[in-house]
Amino acid sequence: MSAATETPNIQDADLDTLLDRRSTWEKSKNLARKNPLGAFGFGIVVLMAFMALFADVITTYDPEDISFGDMLVTPGWDFLLGTDQLGRDIFTRIVYGARTALLVGITASVVGAFIGLVLGVASAYFGGTFDLLFQRVMDVFMAFPLIILALAIVSIFGGGVDKVILAITIPFIPRCARVVRSNALAIREIPYVDAARAMGFSHSRIILRHMVPNVMAPFLIMITAFVGQAILTEASLSYLGMGVQEPTPAWGLMLQGGAEEYAESAPWVPIFPGLAITLAVFGFNLFGDSVRDTLDPRLRSQ
Amino acid sequence: MYKYTIKRILLMIPTLAGAAILIFGLMRLIPGDICELRMAGEGAWVDPQAIEDCRNNLGLNDPFIVQFWDFVWGYVVFDLGPSMWTGKPITTEIALRFQLSMEIAILATITGVVIAIPLGTISAIKQNTWIDYVVRSFSIAGIAMPSFWLGIIIILGLLISTQHMFGEPWMPPIEYIPIWVDPGQNLLQLIWPAIATGYRYSAVATRMTRSALLEVLREDYIRTARAKGLIEKLIINRHALKNSMLPVVTIVGIEFAFLMGGLVVTEQVFNLNGLGKLFVESVLNHDFSLTQALVMLVALIFVVTNFIVDLIYAMLDPRIRYS
Repeated sequence: MSAATETPNIQDADLDTLLDRRSTWEKSKNLARKNPLGAFGFGIVVLMAFMALFADVITTYDPEDISFGDMLVTPGWDFLLGTDQLGRDIFTRIVYGARTALLVGITASVVGAFIGLVLGVASAYFGGTFDLLFQRVMDVFMAFPLIILALAIVSIFGGGVDKVILAITIPFIPRCARVVRSNALAIREIPYVDAARAMGFSHSRIILRHMVPNVMAPFLIMITAFVGQAILTEASLSYLGMGVQEPTPAWGLMLQGGAEEYAESAPWVPIFPGLAITLAVFGFNLFGDSVRDTLDPRLRSQ
Repeated sequence: MYKYTIKRILLMIPTLAGAAILIFGLMRLIPGDICELRMAGEGAWVDPQAIEDCRNNLGLNDPFIVQFWDFVWGYVVFDLGPSMWTGKPITTEIALRFQLSMEIAILATITGVVIAIPLGTISAIKQNTWIDYVVRSFSIAGIAMPSFWLGIIIILGLLISTQHMFGEPWMPPIEYIPIWVDPGQNLLQLIWPAIATGYRYSAVATRMTRSALLEVLREDYIRTARAKGLIEKLIINRHALKNSMLPVVTIVGIEFAFLMGGLVVTEQVFNLNGLGKLFVESVLNHDFSLTQALVMLVALIFVVTNFIVDLIYAMLDPRIRYS
C-alpha cells in the first residue's frame, strides 16, 4: 500500500495546514498586506489588461471616428475625458491605447528577454573566446541609449506597430543577456552541468534543459522590469512621430500633433494621455519591483 | 593609476570600433540605397542623374571598406561630409547646436543631483516613515513619467500662472540666447527643459543615494562612531555620506550619457534647436549621413563618459586599481 491511499485518514485540520487550503482570495489578501505597493502595481496592470481586452465593451465610441462637429469638447457626460482636435473621444482612445501599449510592451519585453536569455546562457556555458567576443558585442549595443538605438532602427525600417516592437526588442537583448550571463556563470560551476556533459548530452540540450530553467528568476525579473520601459519608449517614439502611426490609437501619439498648441484652451487633450502613460509605467514598475523582491531576496531594496 | 588608465583606454577602442561597424552596417541595411529612398521615397519621379550625383557625392559608389574608412577617418579630422538634407557640412550643423544641448544636459545634471542627494539622505535616515514613503513615491513617479509629458505640463503651468499673475501668458523664448549674451535670460530659457529632463535623473539618483546610504549606515565603523558619542549630523555628513557617494557617482555618470536620449524628446517639446531636435529631423528627413554621424557621436559621448566615471571611481576606491 502506498502512502497516497492513507492520506484521507489524516485529520482534516492537519490536511488544511499541510496543503494550505486557504482560498486564493485570502492568500492574495495576505500577500497584498505584506506588499501594498506591489499589490497596487498589480492592480494597475490588471486594470490595463482589462481595458485592452474589453475595450469595445467599455466604450461605445470608435477610437478612429473623426467628427468635426465635436472638436475639443470639454469633459462631461457625453465625452468623459473630452474630445481632441479631430473630435475623437479621448477616453475611448485611451482605452484602446492600452491595447497598443500592452502589445508593444509585452511582445518587445518577452521576445527581447528570451533571446537575451538564450544568448546569455550560451555565452556563459561555452566561455573562453566565444564569451569574450560576445561580451564585447554586447558592450557595443549597450553604448547607445535605448531610445537612440530604437530611433536609429526606426529610421531604417520605418514606423508602425511591428517596426516599433522590433526597434525596442533589439536594445533589450544585450541588457537581459548581461544579467542572465552573470547568473549562468555561477550555475555552470555546479557539478550537475558537468554530470550532464559526462552523460554525453548535446550542448543545446544542456543549455535549454539544464541551465535555462535555473536562471528563470533573473529572466522573469528582467521581463517585468522591461515592460514599463518599453511602454515609455513606445510613447516617446510615437510622440516624435516615428512610432505607431495614425489612426491607430496610442498614448504617445495622442500627445503629438497639436497637444501643446491646445494646451491652454483644452488642457484635457495633453493631460489625460500623459497620465495614462505615467500610471501604466508606474504600475508595471511597482509590480516588477515586487516580483524581484519575491524571486530574488538578495536584491530586495531596503 | 597610470597602468589602469592605459588599460581602460585600450578597452575603449574595441567598443568604439564595434559601434562604428554597427552603425555603418545598420545604415547599409536599408533596402535600396539611401539616395534613392531619400529622393524617390514618396514615389515621385526623380532624374536618375540626380540620384547618381547624390551617390557620387556621398561616396556610395566606393567599395564598402573605403566608405567605412571615410566614416571613421571623418571623426578623427572632424570632417563628416555634407548633410543630405541641408547640404551644409555635418560638423557645422553639430557645432551650431552642441552648446545648447550640453548646457541643458549640465543644468539637468545639476538639478538632478541637487534634488537627489538631500532627498535620498533624508529618506535613508527616516527609513520607513511617511517622509521615506513620500520620497520613494516621488522617485518612482519620476521614472514612470515621460519627460515630454512633464515638459508639456510645465509649459501649461507656465502659461496659466503667468496669465494669472501678469495678465498675459509667457513662454520661454524659442530662439537660443547664449549664456555670455544674457546669463539671466539664458537661465530663464533653459531651466524648464532642464527640470523636465532632470526629474527622471534625480529619481534614479535619489534611489541610489538612499540604498547606498542605508548600506553604509549598517557598517561597524558607524556603530563605533555612534558608540563614542559623535552627534548624528557629523556621523552622516563626515562618515556615512562620503562612503556612500561611490555608487552615486557611477549612476550620475551613466545617466549623463543617457541624458542625450532624454534630450531628443525634451528639445522637441520646448522647440529648442539642439542636437536632439537635429537627430529627430535627420530621421524624419531620411538624412542618413547626418543620422549616422549623430548616433556615432552619442556612442562616443557614452563611452568617454563611462571612461571618466571609471577613472573617478578608481581614484575614490583604491581596490579597483589593483584588482
